[in-house]
Amino acid sequence: MPSTITLPAQPGELKAEARDLDFFYGAYQALKTISMPIYARKVTALIGPSGCGKSTFLRCFNRMHDLYPGHRYAGSIQLFPDAVNILDPQVDPIEVRMRISMVFQKPNPFPKSIYENVAYGLRVRGEKRRSYLDDKVEEALRSAALWNEAKDRLDELAVNLSGGQQQRLCIARALATDPEIILFDEPTSALDPIATGSIEELVSEIKKKVTILIVTHNMQQAARVSDFTAYMYLGDLVEFGETKEIFMKPRRKETEDYITGRFG
Amino acid sequence: MSRPLDPAEVRALIRRHRRWDLMFGILGLISLAIGILTLLTLFIDMAITGIPRLSAEFFTSFPSRRASQAGILSAWVGSILVMMVTAIVAVPLGIAGAVYLEEYARRNWLTDVIEINITNLAGVPSIIYGLLALGLFIYTFGLGQSILTAGLTLALLILPIVITTTREALRSIPQYIREGAYACGASRWQVIRHHLLPYGTPGILTGVIIGLSRAIGETAPIITIGALTFIAFLPPVPFTGEPPAGLFDWLNSPFTVMPIQIFNWTSRPDPAFHQNAAAASFVLVFMTLGMNALAIWLRYRLRKNIAW
Repeated sequence: MPSTITLPAQPGELKAEARDLDFFYGAYQALKTISMPIYARKVTALIGPSGCGKSTFLRCFNRMHDLYPGHRYAGSIQLFPDAVNILDPQVDPIEVRMRISMVFQKPNPFPKSIYENVAYGLRVRGEKRRSYLDDKVEEALRSAALWNEAKDRLDELAVNLSGGQQQRLCIARALATDPEIILFDEPTSALDPIATGSIEELVSEIKKKVTILIVTHNMQQAARVSDFTAYMYLGDLVEFGETKEIFMKPRRKETEDYITGRFG
Repeated sequence: MSRPLDPAEVRALIRRHRRWDLMFGILGLISLAIGILTLLTLFIDMAITGIPRLSAEFFTSFPSRRASQAGILSAWVGSILVMMVTAIVAVPLGIAGAVYLEEYARRNWLTDVIEINITNLAGVPSIIYGLLALGLFIYTFGLGQSILTAGLTLALLILPIVITTTREALRSIPQYIREGAYACGASRWQVIRHHLLPYGTPGILTGVIIGLSRAIGETAPIITIGALTFIAFLPPVPFTGEPPAGLFDWLNSPFTVMPIQIFNWTSRPDPAFHQNAAAASFVLVFMTLGMNALAIWLRYRLRKNIAW
């Protein structure tokens, strides 16, 4: 099924672009020739009913599928400015994950201290200078709006934080390495409305510096936080466009049905 | 047409269910009591016979032809040295094998075969390990009837236990912790080193200690490789034996271990030796229980800092 892509009148800087992306779990095709742009320092939301492939698509961006046997990519996702195809087998998935970080559906802090959680990405990169680590940890915690709550308990175990705090910690962990893109996989589905609100505020704040790709099953959330929206259905990209266009006057009947709640 | 049960019928039904509850509870309790009481009787009998024989001299004397002068010095020292060799060999090999199987190996028929074999190996009678060691370590490698041979043999014996418990410990770490670490750009080894091994440590340690406490009581394979039953000397302390004395001379020393000493005393006609055997068994049981207690305590301590 061909996608309906409506590019903005003044397209911004391109950060990444999927071209004819297919993805297979074994013989099952989970994504079908998906092509769409990701604009720099904008929030792009992926919406659609369960099983539409939005998380699968998201997890292509940091090659998370490579952890499991039976995956196969076809087509490309180019990452700009260097236009490297991050799905190329020649490209090490670790390199991709160093440039593109991720926040998961369920907060997944490591059973380590708050400090070590945030510093982990830097430790992986071999960073040992204590003062540099201290600075980066503080900067990341501030960006994740967690510094005030956490500054006096940096050595405490991260699992002692509340669910919302844990998720903000995971955002700090993702931010600490200065990624080019952050992937959010339904980051608020395990949180209460207040924690959800603070995460949404955070997303709007972070996008000033970083490109954001967010999967959400919550359409109000997509409408609130995103600049662009992609509606997916059964592995197809149905429609892509500016969020206000998608929500106010979708071009496709399927999109309209989903957004108005008649379907899905 | 079905209809809702009336209250009297519901009560009758519940009564019937409760009766089964009660019967099963009693049955379970009886089964448990049979096991525990048997063990307790044996243990108490052993304690009553053995404890009067326990004294400082008992621990610091070599075996003797006279029961009243015989002790377990060479036996407990031998047991500890053999356990050291066993642990040094089995722990790294077992953990490395388990990490490989869990984190590196692809799922295919070969890993399936390996997996099934490891499970089977855990059930192989220990005397088979003794025969293997006799053929391999003693006749082929010429390691002799030494502490090294015994340690290696018991290491083989407990390797499946260490591998299995380590794999379970690794498997109990949620996948989203791995994903979180990989998403930070960690390599596979970094994920293992920074996350899986530290978080798996309580489980791994438990497996190691349970393996060792099994090994410390093993008799059959040690007899097969020819541990001596009458040893009136200790293995050489490093650098003190006949020149050129080295650090590892004790590895090649003849030895005995606790179960062998017990077995030897039990097979003598003089009842005074049976008392010695009871006392030594009491010590051995305490060594085993002590190790298990250590495992439980360590697990408790380390788990406190690990939660998902």
